Amino acid sequence: MKDRIRAGLAAGWKHVDASLLTASATHEFDVVIVGSGAGGGVTADILSAAGLRVALVEEGPLRSSTDFHMREAEAYPSLYQESAARKTADKAINIMQGRCVGGSTTVNWTSSFRTPPAVLDFWARQYGLSPLTGEALTPWFAAMEFKLSVRPWETSPNANNQTLARGAGKLGVDFGLIRRNVKGCWNLGYCGMGCPTDAKQSMLLTTIPAALDRGATLYSRLRAERLLFRGERVIALDAAALGADGIRPSGRRLSLRARHFVLAGGAIGSPALLLASGVPDPYRLLGKRTFLHPTVVSSGLMPEPVNGFAGAPQSVYSDHFLQQGPIDGPLGFKLETPPLHPVLFSTTLQGFGESHAQLMRDFTNAHALIALLRDGFHPESRGGQVRLGDHNLPVLDYLLGEVFWEGARRALLAMAEIQFAAGARWVTPVHEMSAGYTSWAAAKKGITELPLKPLLCRIVSAHVMGGCGMADAPVRGTVDHRGRHFWLSNLSVHDGSVFPTSLGVNPQLSIYALVARNASLLAADLGRVAAG
Amino acid sequence: MTKVMKFSRRQFLAAGTAGSLLLAVSGWLNAAGARRFSGEERDMLAAIVPAILEGTFPDDPAQRRARIQRVVDGLEQTVAGLSLATQKEIGELFGLLVVAPGRWLIAGVSRPWREASVAEVTGFLESWRNSRFALLQGAYAALHDLVFGAWYAQTESWSAIGYPGPPELFK
Repeated sequence: MKDRIRAGLAAGWKHVDASLLTASATHEFDVVIVGSGAGGGVTADILSAAGLRVALVEEGPLRSSTDFHMREAEAYPSLYQESAARKTADKAINIMQGRCVGGSTTVNWTSSFRTPPAVLDFWARQYGLSPLTGEALTPWFAAMEFKLSVRPWETSPNANNQTLARGAGKLGVDFGLIRRNVKGCWNLGYCGMGCPTDAKQSMLLTTIPAALDRGATLYSRLRAERLLFRGERVIALDAAALGADGIRPSGRRLSLRARHFVLAGGAIGSPALLLASGVPDPYRLLGKRTFLHPTVVSSGLMPEPVNGFAGAPQSVYSDHFLQQGPIDGPLGFKLETPPLHPVLFSTTLQGFGESHAQLMRDFTNAHALIALLRDGFHPESRGGQVRLGDHNLPVLDYLLGEVFWEGARRALLAMAEIQFAAGARWVTPVHEMSAGYTSWAAAKKGITELPLKPLLCRIVSAHVMGGCGMADAPVRGTVDHRGRHFWLSNLSVHDGSVFPTSLGVNPQLSIYALVARNASLLAADLGRVAAG
Repeated sequence: MTKVMKFSRRQFLAAGTAGSLLLAVSGWLNAAGARRFSGEERDMLAAIVPAILEGTFPDDPAQRRARIQRVVDGLEQTVAGLSLATQKEIGELFGLLVVAPGRWLIAGVSRPWREASVAEVTGFLESWRNSRFALLQGAYAALHDLVFGAWYAQTESWSAIGYPGPPELFK
């Protein structure tokens, strides 16, 4: 099988693995982009197509399909932040976030949704983002869907997803099929460990190769540490090369100069870099309103094998519980399924010793549902805050308040009811004090009485958003609707950190479309004619 | 369990300071390359691993010991793959647990780790899991995730749970 990345490298792509640098240096480009995920990839593609000399800076390593062996033991340490166990400061929320070339798009589960119109309406009302209408964004969604092969998934859902459809169907809960950004997918189920067959149309396979073909420079294992600015202009990015372990700085540094700088380090990395750089932030907005779609998990045992490790991980969803009230009312939630692999499942499940071992012996019959709560709309759901900790590494505080827990309880109830309706013989919320229930009646009573608190009830997240929010004025946001920083004239933010709330959908397509628009406008501003 | 609840905040802070001092002395993170666990840390983890993985281990003592060592090796590899800030936090936790006052006051385990029974370690883990101190709950969660991650990452754990492993691809 052809490995697109290895072929490109052999053909002479400019890739600098910073861990191999023997000396510090200064380089100059038209545009320096920090981060190679959904935002950085799309920006690099569009700006390089406009004839600009682009550098793409990534803290993680460059890995490609030849390296993707579908083993959690290899994938988590090499492709994720903190080996897929990044945590909030209080350790109550586990965050899965990519840290490799392609960012989270290399390891996501391919679910593709457009930004819901109700979310754009809310942004227009609350943050003055009236240019971002559904109508204005439609061509950008269409363009990115075409480019990344976002299409309905024709193959029948795996048993884990079918169980969600069956249970929801029995209860009259609306559900739908998820569109996926794949081409020639083998339906293996290992998207989260890097696609071994180059089917997933991630940034690693699409926009980044396109930019490299046009002469862009990719730096891997290079940590962006500080923007140096003078007056209202950023002069250079000061970056630390990491050593062979990809963790410790090697001592070599690169200073990357450019006419324009684009931050796309994700909603933890981008605000942290701006904080570390001391950029103007007179209204103290930076890093605040960071959203996670905090997610609760319900695990069940089915009478038949589910084999949740096999087949496309996410193909069925339900937005039923997002549509029960006003968007800024009690928190709604989206239902999806997670893939079940031994490390992911065993580390998520509550308890230890014999009780845990027993649950693991039933691994093949296990079914799991996740409910992603839509944070950031209710007036009391204000999200978390990114700040700088030891080694200037980012730390995220996120308080799970009463408004969240009320929604979490409804979500745990809804998931248990669906699982029992689908035929589960046993269901448990992932919660340290739950021993599980054998009927919906028992679950209803039990979950209603369960104390819901951080570190007792397991909370996970795979979607980090906000922290450099968009708005119509600096008093309400860090950047404008085009991602332009309000205080530094040659700085833009092109990633999920610009969302002023969460989305209520998996974020990749929202980032692709918004960034395609904003990178195109930026290319025009930078004074070159788009070359195609 | 109650034993753990009795220590005062002052004692807790004292033990924390002791742990930090030990950490400073033992030179966490100063060495070049991945840091290896100390002998004391391996002893402590060798007592914790079988309590967390109870129900998955063979009864034969020699096989048991060998498997515990493989999981501790896996833990060492896992920790070395985390950010420096997280490695430091884990170093502080381990530093606290390996010193006798920490083991006794914070974990409530009276005997040295090498002599501690599975039941005694289970009691300590339960007390942390249900602690009113978020710090201890978080520490329990860290041990939970690290140990299960290190074990179920290993091919030898898969047959007992019916996981066939990743499919073979012909590339």
